[in-house]
Amino acid sequence: MKITTPEFKENAVKALANDNLQKALGNVEKGFIGKRQAAADALPEFEALRDKARDIKDHTLAHLDLYLKAYEEKVVESGGHVHWAQTAEDARNIVLDICRTANAKTVTKGKSMISEEMGINEFLEEKGIQPIETDLGEYIIQLRGEAPSHIIAPAVHVLKEQVEADFREEHDHLPEGRNLDEPETLLDEARTVLRQKFIDADVGITGANFLVAETGTSIIVTNEGNGDLTQTLPRVHIVLASIEKIAPTLEDVSQILRVLARSATGQDMSVYTTFSTGPRREGDVDGPEEYHVVLLDNGRTNMIGTEFQDMLRCIRCGACMNHCPVYHAVGGHAYGWVYPGPMGAVLTPSLKGVEDGGNLPNASTFCGRCEAVCPMRIPLPKMMRHWREREFEKNLNPAVQRWGLKTWAWFAQRPRLYQLGARVAMRGLSIMGGKKGRLAKMPLGSGWTKYRDMPAPEGETFQAQWAAHKGRAK
Amino acid sequence: MSNPSVGLFVTCLVDLFRPNVGFAAVDLLEKAGCVVSVPPAQTCCGQPAYNSGDRADTRAIAEQVIAAFEKFDYVVAPSGSCAAMLKKHYPELFAGDAAWEERANAFSGKVFELVSFLTDVMFVSDVDAHFDGSVTYHDSCSGLRELGISRQPRKLLAQVDGLELKEMKDPDVCCGFGGTFCVKYSDISNAIVAKKTDNVEAAQADLLLAGDLGCLMNMSGKLHREGRNTKARHVAEVLAGRLDVPAIGDSK
Repeated sequence: MKITTPEFKENAVKALANDNLQKALGNVEKGFIGKRQAAADALPEFEALRDKARDIKDHTLAHLDLYLKAYEEKVVESGGHVHWAQTAEDARNIVLDICRTANAKTVTKGKSMISEEMGINEFLEEKGIQPIETDLGEYIIQLRGEAPSHIIAPAVHVLKEQVEADFREEHDHLPEGRNLDEPETLLDEARTVLRQKFIDADVGITGANFLVAETGTSIIVTNEGNGDLTQTLPRVHIVLASIEKIAPTLEDVSQILRVLARSATGQDMSVYTTFSTGPRREGDVDGPEEYHVVLLDNGRTNMIGTEFQDMLRCIRCGACMNHCPVYHAVGGHAYGWVYPGPMGAVLTPSLKGVEDGGNLPNASTFCGRCEAVCPMRIPLPKMMRHWREREFEKNLNPAVQRWGLKTWAWFAQRPRLYQLGARVAMRGLSIMGGKKGRLAKMPLGSGWTKYRDMPAPEGETFQAQWAAHKGRAK
Repeated sequence: MSNPSVGLFVTCLVDLFRPNVGFAAVDLLEKAGCVVSVPPAQTCCGQPAYNSGDRADTRAIAEQVIAAFEKFDYVVAPSGSCAAMLKKHYPELFAGDAAWEERANAFSGKVFELVSFLTDVMFVSDVDAHFDGSVTYHDSCSGLRELGISRQPRKLLAQVDGLELKEMKDPDVCCGFGGTFCVKYSDISNAIVAKKTDNVEAAQADLLLAGDLGCLMNMSGKLHREGRNTKARHVAEVLAGRLDVPAIGDSK
């Protein structure tokens, strides 16, 4: 996937001017926030569970190598295969090999952000293998030729009316006068179209919400059941997962599951929580003949032992973006790569480099709402600040900005000079504000005055007044 | 400690733009029985450098603040954002530093935001103030999420004679200020503050209050640009009854 994160500002301006997008984004604020709050309020131990979930992942990350090895052994024991991929390219080639060996023409896919990170769809298409997204949201954006704009609601940027228009154009074998006014009729139509594709597919690809070291199990949570059909009907099942998806035991996973759906959609549990352990065993009524797991690193091991390690606790619930005022304003595509919102603002520079990803950790007001709702208690603003520090160390900020900051900091460390300068500047600004008490334009202040007036200062600084009165002013 | 000594951390915005808030803070603290000093060796808490990734300058500024204020029983700021910087982030800056860690931690324990200091430390439950009209209160992010300030200002506002509190929709959602964010990403900041001023105006209050001047200047600047009716003031001005100075950005 081409990264447009360096053009984040331009992307944002376009997003702000896109009326359909702005209308669709209203649903994020309306849909997710209240439901999460209600689910959290209904569970007295919710806050304690967040602590527990954080501790489980911290422990896992401290022993990541051991748990991954244990997991691999269990997968092999149950007849499956584990493939280690250091880069996205390695992972793509592994998947292609498996598909070619299986002589695959079509591949059904459950929702997987790792597959987006790998860019598997474009790659398979290039090689003559047709990937078919089966999650409703993913199906919609595949028809539209778009990337997901949200990690759990990939088509949240699309209005219902737009989906209807896409379906009428794409499904031109269906009667013209059919009713597509309701989300249910749209879902029904997608299901009908997809049914045959599930049956025809040679390979099914799913992601993984968790990998369990104790049993060699991969787990997905879905609401549509498409994941189950993707992994049980085709002859070959491929699980795509990044290495930090591992958890030690089923008991650990069940604890984290209790905060996942509640934080994501406000459900107690997702509709389907599906466990797969190896290929079909003798006596099983269904299941794939081959079971492969592709474990992707793609830069994650470089985060271990750094101030960004905590980010690897992320379970991809989407709560941070659901509560982010910047995400609400511009949506997910503006972020320019796979992961949007606050988690993307930390992960994108971690995986793609701060040179390309540096815009994102800067585009935050540090309002802290993301950290307040993160079920894994990831200190997102703190890590965004760490990325700003790395950027500053590497001299990547614009020269004007650095010069301005350095000049200000020089004065801020010399209180007498600072106060003298402040007195003069504030008097000047106050005079410019005149009787109105505010400025519509200000030298060097267009970033502010483009959209708002600048309140003029009272006149004398507090320090000057305090000194003149030797204490309280009357 | 019947008459604790308090070092007032004025904050750079109050010092420069709205000294009335500083004097309101002094009034409230003295009325609560504190002996207030204003050390001259203060400029800013260092957030502009800290949030721009410039750790060296942040540290230098933090050392200056700690040295100037650590002799007081308490350090109080009329801003949740600056108080959180002093209280929560200074210890992080000096973590693992043999010479400064202990000093920074001891200093952190003395720091409070003004309104929560009055209610939670000085146990102020009443204010001798009068305001004929309605107000709506915006919860500034740092104060709310880093220091837990939400009920304290509402508790004291309820004691103001004649005042009616009208809550707006989403009072706890960011106003889009974010320090340098509002000029570096002005288009996004504008979209966020425009939502906020819609909510402020819909509350139909005479006055918008908050505990942070940065947010207030942002919201008041937008309210003025849009030609809205609601005026803006720092909560301390109402609690201290210092209403002679025109509202933020209003005609003299």
